[in-house]
Amino acid sequence: MSEATNEIKSSTQRYKSGVLKYRQMGYWQPDYEPKPTDILALFRITPQEGVPPEEAAAAVAGESSTATWTVVWTDRLTACEMYRAKAYRVDPVPNNPGQYFAYIAYDLSLFEEGSITNVAASIIGNVFSFKPIKAARLEDMQFPVAYVKTFRGPPTGIVVERERLDKFGRPLLGATTKPKLGLSGRNYGRVVYEGLKGGLDFMKDDENINSQPFMHWRDRFLFVMDAVNKASAATGEVKGSYLNVTAGTVEEMYRRAEFAKELGSAIIMIDLVVGYSGIQSLSNWCRDNDMLLHLHRAGHGTYTRQKNHGVSFRVIAKWMRLTGVDHIHAGTAVGKLEGDPLTVQGYYNICRDTHTRIDLPRGIFFEQDWGALRKVMPVASGGIHAGQMHQLLDLFGDDVVMQFGGGTIGHPMGIQAGATANRVALEAMVLARNEGRDIKNEGPEILKEAAKWCSPLKAALDTWGDVTFNYTSTDTSDFVPTATAV
Amino acid sequence: MWPSPKARVTKSMTAATPTPTGETSDLALLYRESGIAEVLDQLDRELIGLLPVKSRIREIAALLLVDKARAAVGLSAGAPSLHMSFTGNPGTGKTTVALRMADILHRLGYTRSNHVVAVTRDDLVGQYIGHTAPKTKEMLKKAMGGVLFIDEAYYLHRPENERDYGQESIEILLQVMENQRDDLVVILAGYKDRMDTFFQSNPGMASRIAHHVEFPDYTPEELLQIAELMVRQMDYRFDAESLQAMREYIVLRIEQAHFANARSIRNALDRARLRQAARIFAEATQTPFVVPTKDQLTLLDERDIRASRVFRGGFIGNTSSQH
Amino acid sequence: MRITQGTFSFLPDLTDKQIAAQVKYALDQGWAISVEYTDDPHPRNTYWEMFGNPMFDLRDPAGVLQEINECRKTFPNYYVRVMAFDSTHQVESIVLSFIVQRPKDEPGFRQVREEIDGRKMRYTTQGYAVVAKPEGARY
Repeated sequence: MSEATNEIKSSTQRYKSGVLKYRQMGYWQPDYEPKPTDILALFRITPQEGVPPEEAAAAVAGESSTATWTVVWTDRLTACEMYRAKAYRVDPVPNNPGQYFAYIAYDLSLFEEGSITNVAASIIGNVFSFKPIKAARLEDMQFPVAYVKTFRGPPTGIVVERERLDKFGRPLLGATTKPKLGLSGRNYGRVVYEGLKGGLDFMKDDENINSQPFMHWRDRFLFVMDAVNKASAATGEVKGSYLNVTAGTVEEMYRRAEFAKELGSAIIMIDLVVGYSGIQSLSNWCRDNDMLLHLHRAGHGTYTRQKNHGVSFRVIAKWMRLTGVDHIHAGTAVGKLEGDPLTVQGYYNICRDTHTRIDLPRGIFFEQDWGALRKVMPVASGGIHAGQMHQLLDLFGDDVVMQFGGGTIGHPMGIQAGATANRVALEAMVLARNEGRDIKNEGPEILKEAAKWCSPLKAALDTWGDVTFNYTSTDTSDFVPTATAV
Repeated sequence: MWPSPKARVTKSMTAATPTPTGETSDLALLYRESGIAEVLDQLDRELIGLLPVKSRIREIAALLLVDKARAAVGLSAGAPSLHMSFTGNPGTGKTTVALRMADILHRLGYTRSNHVVAVTRDDLVGQYIGHTAPKTKEMLKKAMGGVLFIDEAYYLHRPENERDYGQESIEILLQVMENQRDDLVVILAGYKDRMDTFFQSNPGMASRIAHHVEFPDYTPEELLQIAELMVRQMDYRFDAESLQAMREYIVLRIEQAHFANARSIRNALDRARLRQAARIFAEATQTPFVVPTKDQLTLLDERDIRASRVFRGGFIGNTSSQH
Repeated sequence: MRITQGTFSFLPDLTDKQIAAQVKYALDQGWAISVEYTDDPHPRNTYWEMFGNPMFDLRDPAGVLQEINECRKTFPNYYVRVMAFDSTHQVESIVLSFIVQRPKDEPGFRQVREEIDGRKMRYTTQGYAVVAKPEGARY
């Protein structure tokens, strides 16, 4: 690299009024070795034509930390060299000419403790609209344990959730009440009761069920809890239904959460669109009230799906584990919504690992020590059915909620039969896996065997057995050739 | 060394191959598939000498294999009793042979696992009323599927104390040995004379032991081979002088108190290594610029052996008492 | 009524061979196994009686089957379940739990509704067998 583009060490030159290249201002430091206390971020950047990747990386580092477009003398009133983020490595993205992976290190003192809102404002606050880069995507982040420990994490976590529900050794089963809009409270509760009585562990409000003219929230809560309690007595099992408390203000969300608690619900739910601060406030409330917190990732697809621009869902998953949710929708790989199997497994690992290792095929670029933070239960939801049980169990293991909405409520023999079909398929598959059978390959056969004595399962397989969603995923790993369909 | 395993077992098997019905059972195939040849080879490699033991094990393996073959063509088999007694002095290889026996039983499908749970009286017998049954049962449960190896089994029986809890443990063992033959093989081990006494006063136990294997003491020449094998395994070596010293050591040691065959050799070598280390350290600190060579680091020399008190009359009592 | 607690309650009752296979799986993972029984299967009755301490370091299911059968013999008309514990850091809890014996007749639960202020309701789940008779005389 030529002299003109290197960091300027002489302070008279460095702080002369005017415009310098970001590289010259100290935001590109190829020799920098990240400290164990640094927060690291990996961006995928597409520089404008003619902008060298190092300069683009330096610009991202600068704009996400202390820099502005011109030199300011007030820098010299601060320990500015420490505050500067440092781009320390730039790699071309395999098979994607024009794209680069830029590694950037941030000093811990740039961030407020216990605030993902502050992290987001810093790391993705400004840079994504920055002109020298055509596109940018935040691919992954690493948080030092010191910073992790400033967060309280999930209020309940996988282990305690299972202990409270008395459900072990298998994935949990759920369904979203459908149709998601229009049902009266009374009719809505009917669907909840049928699903739970038939064998599901959870029913769920959908993301946009709040308090509309056809069903006010108090009505929904009252009827749903009647259904939950009745189903629990009818089966001898603990049951639940995620009551969506999402509302226009945090105060209103607290009110709804309080009412859910008064009615004895085990769980409440919010949408990602309520914002990071709102989520963390509700997380604290749940911790104080022994309540599970379910997060529906409503809206994430607007910025997570495209590979060249936005924020990867693995970053959102990390942020949400720190912020503190108990459930998070993390994809199905085999259902109707976007998701490449390996990439989706990467999200699941972030939710459930004690210590996450670098795993490029699954899109994990950094190690992450979770500092004993509790684990988040991932939720697989969207266009999945009993006929895919072997694939789901093989991909995701036991610690997951599998949500079969249409696959329960659309069952030709009724909602209870739909729920029973899913529960039987699940238990038969877990049993077979534990017996050492190769469920990935023998799955359809195992389901057929169970369908011999379980007519609801037979009907489910006859109805949906062949339904698959084989579209190419947009968000795939850059490090292995991936097949979208399993 | 004994004849190669293949030759011998195949010979004992050919006689059994033709069956009355004219059906054939491919014993050679069964033998190959079971992989017991590897186990027998391993036994050969691991244990010097012990010819009578090795041929007993070979016979038992052949019997079990033939039983399998008989069962395969519908001849009467019935779960054979597999419980065994291994008798002999300390350090004669009983535990090692038990491990290989567990492999053989597992490979032939007589046990579900090749694990060995080794216990003594303390693991089985309690200190107060109601303590023994749970202790014995716990060890039995741990050994299920594999082999329970009871060392110095005769301590379970204390004729001098009528109320001894050992008897309770024996009764539980007998029950399981009889009723759960598919779940567990028991190997009792200890000194020959004491085990004989034990069996005399516990005929129930004696009648459930199908195979008795006697472990003879090693000859001095075998013990020297064992010493050479151990030294090799530890990345050390003898030279001509130290080998001669070791030979003399063994002859003296056998006659002294607490002699325990291979175990005594192991202990002698451990002490020789200590003396070697002290010697090298002393030499190196006297002449600080001399770094010990690899040759020096590996050699157990004559002094390291001859410094043993065995050459100065040995242990107090200097008898060949075994216990 | 069939109580559907546990990992496998929607399948036909497991045979001893199937139970042994599940126990084998648990042992192969290094989990400890416990046998528990109760005559109060309320969904929130967490602590069933332990039939002896959990069993550690077992290699083969035969020993567990033996305990299950002894428990069945002692309490022929109780609920009996098998649980597996995983001591891995950040699990340290139960990882498998399934029923291996049920009473011949399962009367199930009554839902008691207490109307409180407004439209709110307080719900209580009561086992018919539990309300009818004291512990030990229920099934």
